[in-house]
Amino acid sequence: MSAKTNGGRQIRVDCLARVEGEGGIRIKLKGEQVQDVQLHIFEPPRLFEGFLRGRHYTEVPDIVARICGICPVAYQMSAVHALESILGITPHPAVRLLRRLFYCAEWIESHALHVYMLHAPDFLGYPDAIAMARDHRATVEQALRLKKTGNQLMIALGGREIHPISVAVGGFYRTPSRGDLHALVDELEWARDASIATARFVATLEFPDFEQDYEFVSLRHPSEYPLNEGRLVSNRCLDIAATEFEEHFVEQHVKHSNALHCRLRERGSYMVGPIARFNLNFDRLPETARQVACDIGLTPPCVNPFRSIVVRAVELVFACEEALRLVAEYEPPPEPRVEAAPRAGTGHGATEAPRGTLYHRYELDAGGLVVNARIVPPTAQNQKRIEDDLWHYAGQLASLPVEAITARCEQAVRNYDPCISCATHFVRVEVC
Amino acid sequence: MLILCCGNPDRGDDGAGPLVARRLRAFEVEARVCGGEALSLMEEWRGADDVIVVDAVITGALTGTITVWDASTAELAPGWFHCSTHSLGVAEAVGMARAMGRLPKRLRIWGIDGRRFEPGTRAAPAVAKAAGVVAERIAREIELCTNLP
Repeated sequence: MSAKTNGGRQIRVDCLARVEGEGGIRIKLKGEQVQDVQLHIFEPPRLFEGFLRGRHYTEVPDIVARICGICPVAYQMSAVHALESILGITPHPAVRLLRRLFYCAEWIESHALHVYMLHAPDFLGYPDAIAMARDHRATVEQALRLKKTGNQLMIALGGREIHPISVAVGGFYRTPSRGDLHALVDELEWARDASIATARFVATLEFPDFEQDYEFVSLRHPSEYPLNEGRLVSNRCLDIAATEFEEHFVEQHVKHSNALHCRLRERGSYMVGPIARFNLNFDRLPETARQVACDIGLTPPCVNPFRSIVVRAVELVFACEEALRLVAEYEPPPEPRVEAAPRAGTGHGATEAPRGTLYHRYELDAGGLVVNARIVPPTAQNQKRIEDDLWHYAGQLASLPVEAITARCEQAVRNYDPCISCATHFVRVEVC
Repeated sequence: MLILCCGNPDRGDDGAGPLVARRLRAFEVEARVCGGEALSLMEEWRGADDVIVVDAVITGALTGTITVWDASTAELAPGWFHCSTHSLGVAEAVGMARAMGRLPKRLRIWGIDGRRFEPGTRAAPAVAKAAGVVAERIAREIELCTNLP
């Protein structure tokens, strides 16, 4: 996996483990100087934006759900918000609540998986979750039950735990009864308490001394911790609507990646995801989650990416607490969805996937067919930032043996919970 | 007996599992099709005593080669089952279940060797043929067990 070349050293991970999708890293060191860093994404391009062209807008939520098995709700939510802005419809307030609850289910599933199964083994010194399970059986049992709680909520709202089928433009094809959701309250209460215990546990892990000067980007809502709505803000004065995304963010093709690199125009790399959300929206966390964060010494700004595992755990507390609030408030809408006549136009949507901001833009013709689609997933946005982290971090580690540098750099990539399958669907292919 | 057939029918030879499930229907044997993600598999087989998991594998054998492992004794190499993008698959599910004392009393893994797993493609003829053989053998076993005096 790693090699010595021309008096220098090369850190090579051909196939990253414990990430979704297929990618690797290559770092060139000469002495203690880093000479090059590349995050290789070789998962084949998936061309979803091309598939969407010519399809009716009503088909979009089901098609984009297939981009990712871990965060299909995020794709559906960004899509329906963008499409509804073209059609000029506003779903019933109960639908808004259900969509927020739906997103909580995905955050619980995704964060539980990453905190315990993908990231914790790095901190506890295990090669994988199986080895960890032998010594930490109760911890892994807790993780499985947490993930199952998210799955159950997902099934109640979306019909199944992966690639849900209930989301429609204008609302849902079917909405749950109050009884369907109330049946989950006991398990959600357990999940909230387990998440609090999780946050307290991961806060005791040992974190590398590594801090960077980041530009954090996330949605910010006037009163809520962001999921489906809000303006795009940063800690460096960015404050824009989703409609302005493409004026401020540019995508660039680099030779070593099948996913486009995204950067802020004239500023460079930036970070999206749990740490960005937490730093920019700490005051929007519900009391329980904010108190847990304070108790474990996590307050903004968090600028150590390795502490993302702690932030994810705090977001797990938030997602469970918010789900309980939403279930308690839920009254089914009079109709599951608002119907709309097709019309031509362009719409934009940005929501907060577990891994960070997910931007969609659609252009429809007068018959409601998709003329153009653009999707910018969080992992594509973080790609350049991951390389920047590796550049600085590998420099700090340069005096260590190659194997140690390799293991720690892999861990640094996993700080971002990258979803490579999501990131590779938008490379433009032109046949001349 | 619980039969779990893992795979994606739109990803070339990874469709081996769903193909077996489809062929089993002809024998009136029900099988569940699932993606093969480790944690979901462990949930699927929770409480079951006798489980068969069918999945595409890459052991290096010829395409369409059928192998059966007894998961209670065999060590499964994660690399054999990494035919899809899931980072945690059948081998991890077995390993984790064993570590946590959650293995079914009897768990057998039927593997069908594949070679090509590109998105948007169908399983190779050799894999499809092997799927038919696997379905027939599982159905015959069920019939024999059902007809025991």
